[in-house]
Amino acid sequence: MTDVPGWKKTGIITVEELKKFGLIPPEERLKKGPCVIVECPEEIPCNICVSACPVGAISKEKIYNIPKVDWEKCTGCGNCVLICPGLACFVVDLSHDDYALVTVPHEFLPPKVGEKVILLGRDGRKLGEGEVVRVIERNKTYAITVKVKPELAMEVRAVWKKMK
Amino acid sequence: MIAVPGVDRRIYQHPILDFKWRGRKIKFYFEGKEVIGYEGESIAAALYANGIEIWSLSKKYNRPRGPFCMIGKCSSCFCTVDGRPNVRICIEPVKEGIHVQRQKGLPDIPTTWKTAEEEEILETDILIIGGGPAGLSAALKASEYDVNIILVDEHFKLGGQLKKQTHKFFGSKELFGGLRGFQIAEKLTEEIKKRKNIRVLTQTTAYGLFRGNWVGLASYNKLYRVKAKCIIVATGAHENYLAFPGNDLIGVMGAGGAQTLMNEYGILPGKNVVVVGSGNVGLIVSYQLLQAGANVKCIVEILPHIGGWFVHAAKVRRYGIPIYVKHTVKEAIGKERVEKVIITQVDEKFQPIPGTEKEIECDLLLLAVGLTPDIRFLAQAGCKMKWNSALGGFVALRTRYLETTVPGVFVAGDASKIEEATTAMIEGQIAALSAVIKIKGPIEKAVKEREELLKFLEEYRKSPVLRRTREGLKEVVIE
Ligand code: SF4
Ligand code: SF4
Repeated sequence: MTDVPGWKKTGIITVEELKKFGLIPPEERLKKGPCVIVECPEEIPCNICVSACPVGAISKEKIYNIPKVDWEKCTGCGNCVLICPGLACFVVDLSHDDYALVTVPHEFLPPKVGEKVILLGRDGRKLGEGEVVRVIERNKTYAITVKVKPELAMEVRAVWKKMK
Repeated sequence: MIAVPGVDRRIYQHPILDFKWRGRKIKFYFEGKEVIGYEGESIAAALYANGIEIWSLSKKYNRPRGPFCMIGKCSSCFCTVDGRPNVRICIEPVKEGIHVQRQKGLPDIPTTWKTAEEEEILETDILIIGGGPAGLSAALKASEYDVNIILVDEHFKLGGQLKKQTHKFFGSKELFGGLRGFQIAEKLTEEIKKRKNIRVLTQTTAYGLFRGNWVGLASYNKLYRVKAKCIIVATGAHENYLAFPGNDLIGVMGAGGAQTLMNEYGILPGKNVVVVGSGNVGLIVSYQLLQAGANVKCIVEILPHIGGWFVHAAKVRRYGIPIYVKHTVKEAIGKERVEKVIITQVDEKFQPIPGTEKEIECDLLLLAVGLTPDIRFLAQAGCKMKWNSALGGFVALRTRYLETTVPGVFVAGDASKIEEATTAMIEGQIAALSAVIKIKGPIEKAVKEREELLKFLEEYRKSPVLRRTREGLKEVVIE
């Protein structure tokens, strides 16, 4: 197996690699408001996100295809973030000048709105702190929206509650 | 070391589970000392929760034996309970006042304990062996067709390994995708209770097939002889072992065993954990350990790439769990139980590279190195078997309708090849429809339903991540 991609060796995918799969929306779209980023580059047999989306923004021809996203349809509602079993859906919003909003799935005890949490990258690296601005829940999966520096919008993919 | 004073490994706060099933306190005895368990716990779970983890001593070298598989498929938890020897305490519920004794090698033959007093002779259309995802789905599907069904399981609760799955299922919405495994178990079990044509026998073992489609069943105080028109074998799988020095220390556990403890019983299997194997099981158990409050030190993988799905790997990487590919465990070290492990890098031939050893302190070493189909009933029944490593070992030859070479004996789920719970549920339904058709003839609705399920399964298995299973199946599906 010589053609195994790097992310299959590390469990970490880069934004560049995601772009090649057509999974990163154009920056102009993100500047208009919240939009989904589906980080699911492998052909697994799953189409939960397709049925989770109320506006039909995610599609799959076959159950094992890589998801296709229609950025214009997506409203950034976060439904797929709550429902995707792979916790692979995120929402990014670059419509504000001095901060970005990132929504990540979370299956640990949830932080509260207003709480400062530790921001984590795809490799688990701590990327500073961010303020929680929204928490929604479905069947014990939370979608946590945090305020982050705009340059971290494509990097923050998890949050961790600070120890008391 | 018997009870550990002050030890309480029970989890009281968990992001997904609420442990509301924990019933009243139950007092029982282990080696003469009082232990407190909760109604709904297995004896093994209650003991582990109290820090009691040596459950038997090995035959030859008196080595301590503790939790490994936790689902009644290995032999490390054999105890004598109220004089009854060889009780698998991992699938035996706690009861008030029982006396549990460690077994040291072979037990004495029981003298005071009475053998089965009662016998019942039963006739049924379909006997289903195993109440996990495949067996439960088979029972429900068959019951729609006005046939009588007997469903047996060795555990005291139905649900099989769905009960310990806290993650949401993949697949599609129609197939419970999006629900968590234990929620699917609850749903299916509830539904089974409502069906009048399904009789459930828990804590009952199907010990063999006899001439004329008679099957012997045994529970503790009762024997059954069942004449069944069709039999569906859905006995699941058992966890694989790995050979390395120290692999029998207490604290070296199957990944599934740890899931049973933490997700089914709410008991933390360990605080600092090393996981061997990065297949979906290894990745998922690591994530679940984090949710339960443990610290996962690393996942080691002998292959040069991660075995499981990327999304599962990404989930654990985000929280900083390292995955070391091209690594394996060399040795587990500890006096009474595991205290540290030595991992090492391997070369292309999977041989350890000297000088690359790393020592990691831990109190739990989990083996997530694959599963083997539980084929014991099938083999005894005389089904033709074939070795296929992609499918997990010896598996029964079967038609695409899941009938084995013994007419009327069907197979479904992990017992038929190692795959996953979603496909096990579909296979259960296919086997049920095949049994119905065998008994009642080609009912149009059943034939149609079966074709649709087969088509879905075929499409599902086209996923590149299921390539090995797909190719393995070609070798064992017969005309
Ligand atoms: S629901 Fe999640 S895991 Fe499933 S295909 Fe969609 S993004 Fe991938
Ligand atoms: S964020 Fe909402 S609208 Fe956008 S893809 Fe997800 S579910 Fe659909």
